[in-house]
Amino acid sequence: MSSSTDTIRNLTDQDYKWGFVTDIESENIPRGLNENIIRIISLKKNEPEFMLQWRLKAYRHWASLEKAEAEPKWANIHYGPINYQDIVYYSAPKQRPGLKSLDELDPEILRTYEKLGIPLAEQKLLAGVAVDAVFDSVSVATTFKSKLAELGIIFCSFSEAVEKHPALIQKYLGSVVPHTDNFFAALNAAVFSDGSFVYVPKGVRCPMELSTYFRINAAETGQFERTLIIADEGSYVSYLEGCTAPIRDENQLHAAVVELVALDNAQIKYSTVQNWYPGDKQGRGGIYNFVTKRGKCAGVNSKISWTQVETGSAITWKYPGCILQGDNSVGEFYSVALTNNYQQADTGTKMIHLGKNTRSTVVSKGISAGHGQNTYRGMVKIQKGATGARNYTQCDSLLIGDRCGAHTFPYIEVKNSSSRMEHEASTSKIGEDQIFYLQQRGLKAEEAVSMIVNGFCKEVFRELPMEFAVEAQKLLGISLEGSVG
Amino acid sequence: MSLLEIRDLHAEIGGHEILKGINLVVNAGEVHSIMGPNGSGKSTLAQVLSRRESYAVTRGSITLDGKDLLAMKPEEAACEGVFMAFQYPVEIPGINNAYFLRSALNAIRKYHGIDELDGMDFMPFFREKLALLEMEEKMMDRSVNEGFSGGEKKRNEILQMAVLEPRLAILDETDSGLDIDALRIVAQGVNTLRSPDRAMIVVTHYQRLLNYIVPDFVHVLVDGRIERSGGPELALELEDKGYGWIESEAHAAPASA
Repeated sequence: MSSSTDTIRNLTDQDYKWGFVTDIESENIPRGLNENIIRIISLKKNEPEFMLQWRLKAYRHWASLEKAEAEPKWANIHYGPINYQDIVYYSAPKQRPGLKSLDELDPEILRTYEKLGIPLAEQKLLAGVAVDAVFDSVSVATTFKSKLAELGIIFCSFSEAVEKHPALIQKYLGSVVPHTDNFFAALNAAVFSDGSFVYVPKGVRCPMELSTYFRINAAETGQFERTLIIADEGSYVSYLEGCTAPIRDENQLHAAVVELVALDNAQIKYSTVQNWYPGDKQGRGGIYNFVTKRGKCAGVNSKISWTQVETGSAITWKYPGCILQGDNSVGEFYSVALTNNYQQADTGTKMIHLGKNTRSTVVSKGISAGHGQNTYRGMVKIQKGATGARNYTQCDSLLIGDRCGAHTFPYIEVKNSSSRMEHEASTSKIGEDQIFYLQQRGLKAEEAVSMIVNGFCKEVFRELPMEFAVEAQKLLGISLEGSVG
Repeated sequence: MSLLEIRDLHAEIGGHEILKGINLVVNAGEVHSIMGPNGSGKSTLAQVLSRRESYAVTRGSITLDGKDLLAMKPEEAACEGVFMAFQYPVEIPGINNAYFLRSALNAIRKYHGIDELDGMDFMPFFREKLALLEMEEKMMDRSVNEGFSGGEKKRNEILQMAVLEPRLAILDETDSGLDIDALRIVAQGVNTLRSPDRAMIVVTHYQRLLNYIVPDFVHVLVDGRIERSGGPELALELEDKGYGWIESEAHAAPASA
């Protein structure tokens, strides 16, 4: 690993179009993507040489894909062409308007904060309002960190990990999602901003849920997040990503990558509640959430569980999956995906069975309302050596109203005859009869829909850490407002 | 003031007029039975009273304790004390029976500005009602009506009535699909809920239910109008003669404007 001075020397020796030295000092990194930008990003983050080289390799690969017009178009989603040169790739903490008070905030967002029961001080932080009230987040963070440090658990930002734990980064980064995996993974590898890094040592059970409790920090996360979680032998960790509060962002494209590695007898539980701005009721604006998430059950008896509640974003495109490499390893995917108004989702999972006696469970609940289009795309692949593999998949769709759509594309590839697969699918509609029955008992139509939907999602909500489950239920209710005429 | 006053009620669905001028007064403490042949409008009347929006009221008025019932949405009518025991109760998968009932009760309490009941406070109250309907507590852990037999669903309707304590209970063909034992239990439950503060409208095809739930008044609905009213003996007369004689009398008389 070469020092920062070497890096700077390399850079200043080259010819840059934009008056390089000045640009380091200023915050105005020009729009567009090229090798210079990559170098600027890496320099600004003070990264070691290996990281820069890793980014450059990814960038070159992405550029070749882009040139060959190899951006993937097979998903059941529709969006206008993305101009990759019209994006600012160096992300300072997310740009938020400097509001003087919550009164200046979009009343819709304020209303949602209130409905979700977010404390006032947190609301201000989320909205970018200057806080002079005492909100002692610093001491809380300190308490957590010292407790974790005592156990040898590393929980820090990805950038900090590159700086302080380069060996771990070098060992595991890209080991689950290599930069060649897909177009957006390549882009992310080149320009990723920041994210989380977790390492849990052998035999340690992480005593608390690692959340972007750090709900405040969720608001800070940028466009191209990169997260890496490593659970060493016999360890356990539960990680919560995201935020029920709606977050608006000037940047439309969000392409994150999350890699999980579980060694022998280790377990990782990864939960997501996502409510990125979904666009307005006419489908304008809104975030494109194109994410690659994958867990490798590298060790024997290891387990990785994904639980997601996706209610936001204009477009959601992600397949959190598991590579079940270790014998007896277990992969799980529990998902609720909601599309309302003009939202689109093409989401599901990939379960790749390699080792012996591996098991995977998939429970997907898709809810479509308004003009939403919701697609489940799931792959279960049982390779030749995967003796005794078992999979159970259940994908259920719920349609609300008559202008939305639900689609299912299961992919099942079985190359080992000792395996067992079960696939169940159902499509249902919220009947007017059901709503009327609940109304006749005193519930408003929207409360009725919310109750029915929560019943529908129960199996998934049960898998969420409790505080998230309560928020997720509220969030679903809020997201469905107006879906019943 | 009467509990329920229906005046010249005309209602239609899908452009087809079903109720053609219903007049009915129901006082607290009374049990009225509505009988009639298929297609006479019995269920329509029940649906209109519970404020099902697919039925359009084209003329007339309905007051509940002096308030305009037709101006109310279904949930408002429910909170004002209207309860319907459905002929075909729906299933609501994933929602626990006890949870659902507590939510309904609390919605009504909230409407009246009363404190909501939490899980702990609800249970003893609930167990009492369960015993009344000879229902087992473990049934309450199941999803609403899911996997219930026909008889269990009807008992569940009366259980809900017991919990929600309505002003006006409408029983829409509660006896359909019930065997004799289930009928007895349901009728027993209904009878225990009779009170001077409450009125009931029992919609039924068959006289048999009325042996168990003896009404104060019987009305015969034919082709969207009440053609005959009387005491419980009218039901016996119908059992004996069928509906034919009332229908022919109705058709012989000149149609009123």
